[in-house]
Amino acid sequence: MPVSKITKKLANFICISMAVVPSLVFADYKLNMTQSVTAVGNDIYNLHMLVLWIVTVVGVIVFGVIIYSLINHRKSKGVMPASFDESSTVEFIWTIIPFIILVGLAVPATKTLLKIEDTSNPDLTIKATGWQWKWEYEYLDNGVRFFSNIDKTSNDARQRNSGTDPYSVKNYLLNVDNPVVVPVNKKIRILTTSNDVIHSWWVPDLAIKRDAIPGYINESWFKAEKIGVYRGQCAELCGQDHGFMPIVVHVVAENDYNEWVVKQKKLAATSAASANKIWSQAELMKRGQEVYSASCAACHQANGQGISGVFPAIAGSKIVTGTLDGHIKIVAKGKPGTAMQAFGTQLSVGDIAAVVTFERNAFGNDTGDVVQPSQISRQASGGLNHE
Amino acid sequence: MSEHHAKPTGITRWLFTTNHKDIGTLYLWFAFIMFFIGGGMAMVIRAELLQPGMQVVDPLFFNTMTTMHGLIMVFGAVMPAMVGFANWMIPMMIGAPDMALPRMNNWSFWILPFAGTMLISTLFMEGGGPAFGWTFYAPLSTTFAPQSTDFFIFAVHLLGFSSIMGAINIIATILNMRAPGMTLMKMPLFVWTWLITAFLLIAVMPVLAGAVTMMLTDRNFGTSFFDAAGGGDPVLFQHVFWFFGHPEVYIMILPAFGIVSHIIPTFARKKLFGYASMVYAVAAIAFLSFIVWAHHMFTVGMPVAGELYFTYATIMIAVPTAVKVFNWTATMWRGSMTFETPMLWAVAFVFLFTIGGFTGLMLGMAPADFQYHDTYFVVAHFHYVLVTGAVFGIIAGAYFWLPKWTGHMYDEKLGKMHFWLSVISVNILFFPQHFLGLAGMPRRIPDYAVQFAEFNFMSSIGGFAFGLSQLLFLYVVIKCIRGGEKATDEVWDNPDGLEWTTPSPAPYHTFETAPEIK
Amino acid sequence: MQSQQQNIANRRLLPRLLLVVVAMFGFGFALAPLYEAFCSAFGINGRFIAIQEGNYDVAARLVQISQVDESRSVTVQFTASRNQNIDWEFRPMENSVSVHPGEIRVVTYYAKNMTDRTVVAQAVPSIVPGQAVKYFNKIECFCFTQQTFKPGESREMPLRFVIDPHLPGKISTLTLAYTLFDTQNRQAVNEKRDVSLVSLAVRSVVPNVPQPY
Repeated sequence: MPVSKITKKLANFICISMAVVPSLVFADYKLNMTQSVTAVGNDIYNLHMLVLWIVTVVGVIVFGVIIYSLINHRKSKGVMPASFDESSTVEFIWTIIPFIILVGLAVPATKTLLKIEDTSNPDLTIKATGWQWKWEYEYLDNGVRFFSNIDKTSNDARQRNSGTDPYSVKNYLLNVDNPVVVPVNKKIRILTTSNDVIHSWWVPDLAIKRDAIPGYINESWFKAEKIGVYRGQCAELCGQDHGFMPIVVHVVAENDYNEWVVKQKKLAATSAASANKIWSQAELMKRGQEVYSASCAACHQANGQGISGVFPAIAGSKIVTGTLDGHIKIVAKGKPGTAMQAFGTQLSVGDIAAVVTFERNAFGNDTGDVVQPSQISRQASGGLNHE
Repeated sequence: MSEHHAKPTGITRWLFTTNHKDIGTLYLWFAFIMFFIGGGMAMVIRAELLQPGMQVVDPLFFNTMTTMHGLIMVFGAVMPAMVGFANWMIPMMIGAPDMALPRMNNWSFWILPFAGTMLISTLFMEGGGPAFGWTFYAPLSTTFAPQSTDFFIFAVHLLGFSSIMGAINIIATILNMRAPGMTLMKMPLFVWTWLITAFLLIAVMPVLAGAVTMMLTDRNFGTSFFDAAGGGDPVLFQHVFWFFGHPEVYIMILPAFGIVSHIIPTFARKKLFGYASMVYAVAAIAFLSFIVWAHHMFTVGMPVAGELYFTYATIMIAVPTAVKVFNWTATMWRGSMTFETPMLWAVAFVFLFTIGGFTGLMLGMAPADFQYHDTYFVVAHFHYVLVTGAVFGIIAGAYFWLPKWTGHMYDEKLGKMHFWLSVISVNILFFPQHFLGLAGMPRRIPDYAVQFAEFNFMSSIGGFAFGLSQLLFLYVVIKCIRGGEKATDEVWDNPDGLEWTTPSPAPYHTFETAPEIK
Repeated sequence: MQSQQQNIANRRLLPRLLLVVVAMFGFGFALAPLYEAFCSAFGINGRFIAIQEGNYDVAARLVQISQVDESRSVTVQFTASRNQNIDWEFRPMENSVSVHPGEIRVVTYYAKNMTDRTVVAQAVPSIVPGQAVKYFNKIECFCFTQQTFKPGESREMPLRFVIDPHLPGKISTLTLAYTLFDTQNRQAVNEKRDVSLVSLAVRSVVPNVPQPY
């Protein structure tokens, strides 16, 4: 690639002429832009380095001149001020030089951009829908579909004054319960849209950032050349828990990917079957607590106290300690016009039964009620998930 | 109007004043207070980000802090400070007795405290204050925003009114009130930059007013400008906002260019290099600012042609900006420099603003922007141009003109201490944020993965130090008002400009008979 | 003291500047129809211009696209989303079809109102890639009008479309996405700014803006 050649030449030039390796720019990935695992990402990285070197050289020259002047042209050295105050030649030269450099920069920028925007002939298309505050993925080619929440360990640790040291959590804030799985060396097209506000799907290693806009659909693509786990985050402010909706992409061998798809389909079938099973109260409470911290705690808080004036408390709530039907209904159907979503379309009937049981018996609510999945009717849950 | 020479006293002097110097003082104090309120919010933000994990505030309040910090600094601190300088200095620089429309001048200031109070009062409303970022993208700011947003909208309207009236006044003053003989191309550069800024203001503040009006009707009257369900588009909001927002950036920086273009020649004891090209460069930057807005939104999914156009147009801004930096450099070259406090700030401005300009060029390249966008790299970039750019320009100007305003020299030793503390801490504060952004830390998040911990810690320490250093500035200003070494009329060593021909402190009324300009 | 002359000059300048301010305020609003015009001309964001019924001359369009290009086939993917988690079932009955440009096809979407109230819903279409927008012609679509569903009511809703054979050769796959909105979240949808004079004015001066549907 010409870009990388220029970069290397420039790098050599700097190293030789200055006899200094600016260690900051080369030290490691924590200082510099992530080097991605896609060809396009490499082009972006090279473009970044090219511009960085150009501005570094320009900076060294300009700042060098200023510093020389600051040191030598001072009154304390007895310098008499010169009297020049313009020069058309000089001014013309230093207008035209930046212009030429910029035109030179526009060439690699254009090339890279055209590559980025070429979404034709994908091998696999995945729709990523942003929700406050999680991602939903739908594989358009095979119907696999799931929600991806921040993992429970991170989510517990990130509660204010949780007492858990973030350093003790593996991949703190960058881990999810259900990662996206894609085959290596395939062109994956990502469609982004949103359920509510604008989000942005960003994975630095894959060099993709694309906004998810409610009502509209956007597309971008990547072709990962290396098997691995790549992590990213929502990049557009989307409300309270904007910082807590990570993205994890597992790039795997094609066989592993196919196995994963089969497994996903089986999982959906079992989940449907579990709707008829009878659960013990302990099982329901355990599962219920997990569902609560993944889906409810963001607003109603881990301690069930809610936030005064914004999110109502679960503890002592009239709905939660009232009739069972009313409670199930608000969980399944949500409350239009508020942040309370209809979880019937997001959670399985088993999970709804568990979380309702949990809420009715936690935070000092002691109704003693046990709710079985069979009590949550298909009609009530509206079920889109695990179908 | 008749008893022109009697200087009223007490609270009524300030409430009813039509004197440009009084109003300038009011603007500057208002900006100073807002600077500390907005700065306090920045301290909350940096305290939460000091280490990973949530310790100080809840995520929603954190978002409120980032939002209010941005709004207050932009609309409450930087813009009013620049208008304050304009009020004080423009009439004195062009030899006019006062602003062209003195009563409107009073009005445009006194709207500000009400607007500011209304904006801050949203913090105490049910549901909390605005938490959608200072860019308030729909639908987070429409369908999903708290009730207090309507107050926020009204506050933005008022702030807009104030700026527009201020701008009209400045244009009228500059075009109509110049002393005989002062042609446009003889005007001091600060006057030039403000003339162009004022035109930017009357062109884009109404567009912002339009944007928030559309928000208001979307929220309350059933329109759907920004709602896809009714045929609107949330992305339209971003276009309208940034059509205002990009020129807004130059509204904040151009007057600072003007201030620095006065300070450097004064302390280099040499005329400003390339006066004409400076004027043309400012005009070119202002023009370009209208046609590059969508570079703030490369990731919304534009057609390739759009992305290419906005890339090309954006990087062209580097040309006039480079010309300005070269001209300042040439002004210093073979001068006879001394480094009093204003000069130190001005030189730091040239260095650090240029760094912000460099990262701006990087951000302008659409493909690379896909990686930089909405990360701390952007945060670092705009703080370099706005803090070490606009704010450093303001502080430089304050030290430069304080002796003229108060009649006393400020404490040089404390001024220098303020400078060195600030310039070191500001770099510890913002430079590591470049690394954070490149390594993948998104902006506007209250907590972060542990690999970002070291640089955030560093940045927070720098932030606290920078915040504390500004208290020293407050002390220096108060000390200078109360007393100190008597300033001469010229103040500095043979400075250029009409303002230095007036006594120090500048009397309540200056240039009641217009001076002759050769 | 201001001289008489300066006073007159100020009074003359003031209304002119105010005019600029008012004009720019208007311009802010004019950006809405301007944006729509740009969107339909260039397919920005894959959006169609405002959702409204009927001003589309099907017959005329069909005459224009008379021949079927048998040599080429295009994959059209369908997908569905529900805004603000509206409690409905909403999905395409087929996930994708392969069509020849110029050939008229019908696909159906299934929708069911799961709530216990009557809901008026609006489906909002969006297409990627953006360049394909103006070549994708909908002859009949449930998105042309708002759809009223009684509690528990379900319906299969048809979409009849034809792809213009002028579709650029490099586009082989396009995706049509519908997002279903509950209009009660947003009232007063149809009597909106489409009636504005600015919008009409822009439409009349900007040529080549294709008809929306």
